[in-house]
This record gives sequence, structure tokens and C-alpha cells, in this order.
Amino acid sequence: MKIGVVTFPGSLDDRDAQRAVRLAGGEPVALWHGDEDLRGVEAVILPGGFSYGDYLRCGAIARFAPVMQSIIDRAGQGLPVLGICNGFQILCESHLLPGALTRNVHLHFRNRDQLLRVENASTEWTGAFEPDAEIVVPVKNGEGCFVAAPGELDRLEGEGRVVVRYAGGNPNGSVRDIAGICNERGNVVGLMPHPEHAVETLTGPSTDGLGFFTSVLTAAVS
Amino acid sequence: MPRVLVDVMLKPEILDPQGSAILGALSRLGFTGVHSIRQGKHFELEVSDPVDEARLRELADTLLANSVIEEFTLRVLPR
Repeated sequence: MKIGVVTFPGSLDDRDAQRAVRLAGGEPVALWHGDEDLRGVEAVILPGGFSYGDYLRCGAIARFAPVMQSIIDRAGQGLPVLGICNGFQILCESHLLPGALTRNVHLHFRNRDQLLRVENASTEWTGAFEPDAEIVVPVKNGEGCFVAAPGELDRLEGEGRVVVRYAGGNPNGSVRDIAGICNERGNVVGLMPHPEHAVETLTGPSTDGLGFFTSVLTAAVS
Repeated sequence: MPRVLVDVMLKPEILDPQGSAILGALSRLGFTGVHSIRQGKHFELEVSDPVDEARLRELADTLLANSVIEEFTLRVLPR
């Protein structure tokens, strides 16, 4: 299965995301921000980093890149899309996901291994996890504080669309400890922590992150 | 060439940790009497004549501000 990983100017974690796809058993395909062509991929990852230097707002300029127009169209038809960190910010700016990511409440960049609880194990990207599984993956962000209108938050909670929640301490002040959410259909998932950095024991705190990448492969087969 | 000023501020209900940090610094420096600071963004545009204000508002709403967390004011400067 071909999984596209988009590189924007300023993307940092595109190579790690490609590597995670390969370790999970998929075929990573590099996608370029300036190219509308999705090259026949069956899923897309928007990786972490600082696209367009985080100018204006994180993800605000990337959202209008030619590749994003194609991704927004296809996401509406069910294409699985995973946004990690800056990718999550881009998905919110694109209105594929509700809410926004703002400056961490304590103003510090937070970089640590983070305990998370997988609260929705039925999305395209989390099917490999047991419901309420606790996993450890790195978190590293300066603008990861998730906010949304109270009505929107109640809707997300009511529809089971909080995919992962911070456990063992909230690293950035996100409302209701929300670390990641999905759209109504469950094909678009965004999260601030970095599962692609937890796929090998040599370099990560665990291999818990691999589940995000195997999930989409399993979803495609079934 | 007409000039347009756009100010973007976080909505009142959105926490502004940067403003809070500036407020804290002011009190440490001995500047008293300031009770609140909100930090925002200021844009200055030079645009073609005649000014299409509706189109400028669309521009601000599309890119300069994120309506989920921000609101903007737009002023066309008199020539």
C-alpha cells in the first residue's frame, strides 16, 4: 500500500514518517507541496515541522499549497489523512478538523516522552490499538495548546472524536487534555504527539507509535 | 496608492499567554496600573484603486485571521 508523506518547505519529520511507514510494512511515497498530483497513494501523512517557517500562524500558509487542495478534496471522499504536530495544525487551518492549536500556556517548548490514552480505537489510524490503551510517544511543540468553542468540544466528546488524550500530565495546556481528534468519518486524524518517533527501540521511548501506521494498512486490506 | 490597516486579535475568550507574560514583565519593571494586555497582529496593505472593501474583508478572513480563534478589524485610510 502506497502512503504519501508531504514535504513542505520547513517540514522536519517527513523522513521519520516515511521510515515509520516502511517499518509498518507500507510503501512510502514522497509528495511535494507544490505538486497537486497525489501519485496514486491510498493514504497521506502530513508530517511535523515548521512549514513555511510558521509564518502568520502555524499551518496557515501550508493550507493553501497546491498539494493541500488535492488532499482536501480526497479527504472528503474518504482518503485516510494523518496530521502529526504541524500536520495537525495544517488540518485545523484547512477546516478538515475543528478547533485550533495555540501557543502553549506556559510559553515553553515542551519536548518529552508522553503518556497518552487511545480513546477512539476505531479510526483508520488507530484500529490496531485496544480501546483505552496507554501508549508512550514523544511530544515536542511550542504551539500545541488545542482550543475549540465549548459547543464544539461537547460535540467532539459526544461523538467519540477525541482520539488520544494526554495522561500523566498535560504538556501544553490543551483544553480537556485533548492530544488528538478525528473528523466525523474517522478517516482524518490529527494529533500533536509524534508516533513516527516511537517505532524502534533504538531511537524511541517505545514502539507504541507503530500502531498508527499499521492501522491504516489493516484498514485498507479489510 | 490606498492603504489598508488590518488588526487581528485573539477572541476575548481565547487565553493569550504572551500578553500575560508581557503584563508580568511590566510589573517586575515597576510599571504599575496596567491591568491587562492582549497581543495581536497588525498588517499594512497597499492596494489598487478603487478599493473593494468586501474583497479585502474576504482576504482578511481567508488568510490574515483564523476565525476559529481570532477576529479582525479593517480600516481603509483616507487619502
